[in-house]
Amino acid sequence: MIRFDHVTKKYKTNIGLDDVSVSIEKGDFVFLVGPSGAGKSTFIKLILKEINADGGDIYVGDFHVNSLSNRTIPKFRRKIGIVFQDFRLLHKKTVYENVAFAMEVLHKPHRLIRKQVPQILSLVGISDKAHKYPDELSAGEQQRVAIARAIVNNPAVLIADEPTGNLDPDTAWEIMDLLDQINLRGTTIVMVTHAKDIVDRMKKRVIAIEKGHIVRDEKGAYGYNLEEVE
Amino acid sequence: MFGSISYSLKQGIIQLFRNKGMAAASIFSILAMLLILGMVFVISVNVNMFTEVVKQDYDQVEVFLLDKTTQEEAEVLMTKLTAHEGVKAVEYRSKEKALEILKDRWGESGYLLDSLGRNPLPASIMISVDSLDKASEVADFAGTLKGIDDIQFYKETVEKLTKITNFLQASAVVIMAFLVFISVIVVSNTVKLTVHARQREIRIMRYVGATNWFIRGPFIVEGIVMGVISALLATGFIMFIYNKLIEAVGSQILAIVSTPLISVEYLTINMGIIFLALGTAIGVWGSIVSMRRFLSA
Repeated sequence: MIRFDHVTKKYKTNIGLDDVSVSIEKGDFVFLVGPSGAGKSTFIKLILKEINADGGDIYVGDFHVNSLSNRTIPKFRRKIGIVFQDFRLLHKKTVYENVAFAMEVLHKPHRLIRKQVPQILSLVGISDKAHKYPDELSAGEQQRVAIARAIVNNPAVLIADEPTGNLDPDTAWEIMDLLDQINLRGTTIVMVTHAKDIVDRMKKRVIAIEKGHIVRDEKGAYGYNLEEVE
Repeated sequence: MFGSISYSLKQGIIQLFRNKGMAAASIFSILAMLLILGMVFVISVNVNMFTEVVKQDYDQVEVFLLDKTTQEEAEVLMTKLTAHEGVKAVEYRSKEKALEILKDRWGESGYLLDSLGRNPLPASIMISVDSLDKASEVADFAGTLKGIDDIQFYKETVEKLTKITNFLQASAVVIMAFLVFISVIVVSNTVKLTVHARQREIRIMRYVGATNWFIRGPFIVEGIVMGVISALLATGFIMFIYNKLIEAVGSQILAIVSTPLISVEYLTINMGIIFLALGTAIGVWGSIVSMRRFLSA
């Protein structure tokens, strides 16, 4: 689903990623861990083609990400759902409109939008808040809206950038349950996180990045330093 | 395609209502510049009308006849002149008539002319020409005819008038161009503020996979709506003021310079069209230009 082939990304002062090769299969649930500035964000930004790699090849689904033109980026982004730590909802749109917007962007017919948005809202458990504005919701509810928006178009991949970072532990677990459900429906999930307890309990594949290198890639517990894990 | 146009329309109008403050700021800045433009427009249209009317008074060539030229010979000259291209009408003015006109013009001092022993004024033929440009040519032709003493037409006056008119028109164009330039900067800054305030929104749209035109659509609709509102307000406002102006001083102006002011109806239609075009163009242009930076990355 996602394949990095000897990918290198250098910044002026430091290295983002250094000759990284990794493959994430369809239906995987992967945690991306590592200290701040290790290259996690670079990894995500490269997948989204927010930045360009200096070397190597990146594939996402049928797309060769390196060679996407500016015109085709929007089409490509539609195949990927994204959830952020700070939710990034449109404040001037209601919950319903926020989710519907992701479908309107794809020129989906209104009939389909009217049918599908309530379904997704009920899947993430916020049907009753459909006509509220994001500012009227709790953090956990806002993240649910963001997830609804990310999955409403049935993306093959869902990228979650510290989705529980702004949430209290209980709410964080509710969100993790939701992501797990979505993964069970066949969506590949890549989640960046610092939450050790979550990673430990989920028992999914963990890719640890440090100083631009993948230092660990295995199923199990949190940790990016080999000594720390053992 | 049709779906996205209706989407843009709907969203543009919704956005406008949800950002009333910014919309009001933009509408006011477009309105302010349209008002100034409108004033220059009103003045220049009226000056134009004035010069056109005045020019009509000077579309005559006067051919003075030698004293020995008889009335019969004058008739022959008149037939020849009438046949010439560009001549609208000819009129014979006898020595007596000329004196009468002069007396008339001198008014109260006219009696002074009574003391003249004999009439020193020559008879003449007044030629009306189709247009001012023809006056010079007609005068040249008349000069080739026999029995003529002198030819006079308001060459210098006409030239001066044309110069002044051209100058006024050119200055109006320069002032208007300058105003449009200034207002475009003001408007684009206002829109830039609007877009800046929504930078976050635009970034989110891009994450969801919206194309640039999809993001621009509602903003352009917003620009058009703001432009149209400003244009309507500006037209209404100028018409109101202009109407008051005509009521107040219209008749005095008619008495002083013997030209009427341009009618309110004429001005409303023309200025309305110009304002709508300009307002819309500025709205659209402002949206596209000010969004460029946010859509490039």
